[in-house]
Amino acid sequence: MKYNPISVSELNGYIKNKIASDEVLANVLVKGEISNFKHHYTGHMYFTLKDDKSLIKCIMFKTYTANLNFIPKDGMSVMVLGTVSVFERDGVYQIYCKAMQEDGMGSLYTAYEELKKKLEQEGLFQKEHKKRIPSMPKVIGVLTSNTGSVIRDIINVSTRRNPNVYIRLLPVPVQGEGAAVKIADAIRTMNEKKLADVLILARGGGSLEDLWPFNEEIVARAIYTSEIPIISAVGHETDFSISDFVADLRAPTPSAAAELAVPNIADVKLKLDNYQYQLKNTLKKKTEVMRLRYEKCMTRRVFKEPFQDINEKYIQLDNVVKRIATITTSCLHDKRINAIQLISKLDALSPLKTLTRGYSIIQKNGKVIKSVRELKKQDEITLQLTDGKRNARIIE
Amino acid sequence: MEKEKINFEEAMQQLEKIATELEKGDLGLDESIKKFEEGMALSKRCNEILEKAEKRISILINEDGVIKEENFIPNEE
Repeated sequence: MKYNPISVSELNGYIKNKIASDEVLANVLVKGEISNFKHHYTGHMYFTLKDDKSLIKCIMFKTYTANLNFIPKDGMSVMVLGTVSVFERDGVYQIYCKAMQEDGMGSLYTAYEELKKKLEQEGLFQKEHKKRIPSMPKVIGVLTSNTGSVIRDIINVSTRRNPNVYIRLLPVPVQGEGAAVKIADAIRTMNEKKLADVLILARGGGSLEDLWPFNEEIVARAIYTSEIPIISAVGHETDFSISDFVADLRAPTPSAAAELAVPNIADVKLKLDNYQYQLKNTLKKKTEVMRLRYEKCMTRRVFKEPFQDINEKYIQLDNVVKRIATITTSCLHDKRINAIQLISKLDALSPLKTLTRGYSIIQKNGKVIKSVRELKKQDEITLQLTDGKRNARIIE
Repeated sequence: MEKEKINFEEAMQQLEKIATELEKGDLGLDESIKKFEEGMALSKRCNEILEKAEKRISILINEDGVIKEENFIPNEE
């Protein structure tokens, strides 16, 4: 038996013709929620229209976008009018939109706003509750997908800032059913086992429903109860997820989160060197001041000529001694002169002096005789002359 | 506080405090020297921590509540 296969393009061409000939598909009015919206630089709009069960790709060419009276956004509920056709190259069918109208706010967006309001009122976003990000965490915990650019960006930025960084990745699904529960579990696991000093919760950009797990209450509550500080970096800079509001710090991108979590080691080292320099310098200054004080003190007379005071005291003492000596001698001298005068006066009055002039003293029995009547014949007397005594007898 | 157990952040904070105290200049010489020595010990400790740190990128694998840690190399795209 001989096979007769057709090519892929032949098949897609066949399907395209089938669909093109269908009257219903040529003109459809569909309602749904916009997601994955991209306004291409060529002016065409690419997006997906979805409900809770299903989705379909859409394209609106530049010629039609000019008629729009609103700017389509992810999460918006809209009605589109268009033709379903096949894009042969990719083998996909999509709606080629001719017109689009807003159909109230998207349900996800409403849910987001409602949850945000509720949690805000409960105080989950309060500044007072936010924990400080440690300045030098030993271990950086990362909760994100283990594939894709987010973890690579985080590792690159982190190792650039600190070549010896310690990163622990706990992989979590970042979109789709069940992702929120797993993210919340991961936050709890990191906390229970104390596996990190700071956590980065990260996801790259995406549509509102892609980012949805980060807008779920279970994740918000897990972040709020985490004892490890959490940096949330979900989506692009313009996306604000609920987790961003609850987290201790919001980073505009995963790379920025790494910058906030990992200190730049070069800066830290510089700071350390500065402190060392400052310490040495202040101590040097201090000792310098002390030295100057010491030197100033030593120039004072008491230290410079320590014996001068003593010498002065010696001089004073000598002076006193000298004065005492002078006074004593002069006093002695006066006394001596006085004595000489008295002696010469005494001398002049002495009876012995009279004897030298030829007088003599007669004594009888030791008694000076002043009259002849005191003398009788044969009385023995003593004659005292200037040069001696002689005994005599009265004859007549 | 025991110098060996102090973590980097605490050491850095204390270092900052000591530097400020020293710079104020109202400490006596003995006290200044004490603070200086403390500060130098702290900065030495910080340097040690930095030098001892080793690069590690790991992935945590949760196997029924038991966490296993393995080296992680991100795949290139």
